[in-house]
Amino acid sequence: MAPILQIKELSHVYSAGTPFQHTALDGVSFSVERGEFIGIIGHTGSGKSTLMQHLNGLLKPTAGSIALDGVDIWANKKVTRQARFRVGLVFQYPEYQLFEETVYKDIAFGPKNMGLDHKEVDRRVREAAQFVGLTEAQLEVSPFDLSGGQKRRVAIAGVIAMEPEVLILDEPTAGLDPVGREEILENIQAYRRAKNATIMMVSHSMSDVARLTQRLLVMNGSKLAMDGTPEQVFARADELVEMGLDIPEITSVFLRLKQMGLPVEPVYTIEQAVAVLKALKEGKRHA
Amino acid sequence: MSEAIRVDHLNYAYPGVEDTPGVAVFTDLSLTVEEGSFVAILGSNGCGKSTLAKYFNSILLPCGGKVYVCGMDTSEDDLLLKIRRNVGMVFQNPDNQIVANVVEEDVAFGPENLGIASPEIRRRVDQALQQVGMYEFRKHAPHLLSGGQKQRIAIAGIIAMEPKCIVLDEPTAMLDPRGRREVMETVLKLNREKGITVVLITHHMDEAAKAQRVVVLHKGDVVADGTPEAVFSQVELLHKIGLAAPETVELCYALRENGFDLPLDRLDIEGCAQVLHDAVRT
Repeated sequence: MAPILQIKELSHVYSAGTPFQHTALDGVSFSVERGEFIGIIGHTGSGKSTLMQHLNGLLKPTAGSIALDGVDIWANKKVTRQARFRVGLVFQYPEYQLFEETVYKDIAFGPKNMGLDHKEVDRRVREAAQFVGLTEAQLEVSPFDLSGGQKRRVAIAGVIAMEPEVLILDEPTAGLDPVGREEILENIQAYRRAKNATIMMVSHSMSDVARLTQRLLVMNGSKLAMDGTPEQVFARADELVEMGLDIPEITSVFLRLKQMGLPVEPVYTIEQAVAVLKALKEGKRHA
Repeated sequence: MSEAIRVDHLNYAYPGVEDTPGVAVFTDLSLTVEEGSFVAILGSNGCGKSTLAKYFNSILLPCGGKVYVCGMDTSEDDLLLKIRRNVGMVFQNPDNQIVANVVEEDVAFGPENLGIASPEIRRRVDQALQQVGMYEFRKHAPHLLSGGQKQRIAIAGIIAMEPKCIVLDEPTAMLDPRGRREVMETVLKLNREKGITVVLITHHMDEAAKAQRVVVLHKGDVVADGTPEAVFSQVELLHKIGLAAPETVELCYALRENGFDLPLDRLDIEGCAQVLHDAVRT
């Protein structure tokens, strides 16, 4: 099967021909398979947001191409419009974009604009609300009476209701407490499983991306610096720190243990760490 | 040591809209912050952290009880300006806090409003920018800086007013790892070298671990208060109220559930690696 997204030699230059000319993306290529969960990391200004905004046609490439299901999203107007529905974008702090009188109306805004009939819009609103854990009663209140975490869910539901095949989120958990973070991440996982959707998540939390994703894209200085599994990426700890990034604390602890002479390879989640140390201790006992 | 902030039996409810009842945030909260200390305040969303911060420089006034800043009663109108001069606030979003088109003008905004003479403003602005490591950017346009740099400009704008106390409400929530490191290093330095009292509200446990004291709020009450080691070793309590300990402690906790004998007060990589090393070896 063809990859759902194929990005070839993508470059973007802001304010070309002016003194403020700035290359935000420089020859970025990668492809994305259906159902993948990809993390995107990189320091502020590395080109993450510019990249995201290309994937559903909000920005037009200066050079290179983006193909959705094998078709260039800039081939004609109809395809571009379709790309905006098939690839859903959740910006940072999306709760600032809420505007309707009720939660229901806010979630319905996207599917309504797709030209769906009333019944289908209703089904989608209710299903999207369910994915993000909003109750039926909450659908009728004003989104502005909800807490910050709940508002964020409403905003994410508004994008999910368009049932995008690719869901892209820019730091969906910023400013939330640990339980709030965990819940939103679970909501995203639930959507991915139910629809076999592709998820691309920009995050500054190395432990979140380590735990959830199968593949990491690392942006640095407008280029795609790394593309690999969390194991492969976090094994290059020195380079990541050089780029202004980090590695999960658990990985740092394991790198130190290795230096101290324990026969361990770096891991990046608590579960993995427990399994490795348990095996090591039991090995000792039986030896 | 004297008190920078004293909260005495604070009672507050957000007023209700139309016929809905108000929402009680604090019923009887008491807390003091010693002068020159570095206190982190933790709590899940909606526990009252940010509301509490707004009492520290009279943005909100108590319904009942008292809040004193450097000995001054925040509910006295005449003291308002004096209180705000003593307590500076830094918020989450750096873009909402920058007012000028040039970095040094932005930093000068606060002291200008205090009616300070020009040569003194010049001295304070230069000094503040040096303290946050942004002096070389003094002629730059703030909107072209990174998030961490902008946040340090916001901090410089506060310290140029020479407050005794800085309250930071999730100052790193929008920053990348390097930006977070820059801001935390700046805050630690101001506390250590200038003796400025720091109150840091955060969701990042690794940042709270750097404070001298950690206060945990839950539903408007203090549920834990002590050194980072003492607070973070109460892993069950933290989990119960929707928080977590730093990853190093969470790892030791998970290993204890699996039959390891490990302490729960190792907050840094080195200390954690050491106890794990010893536990596996024996």
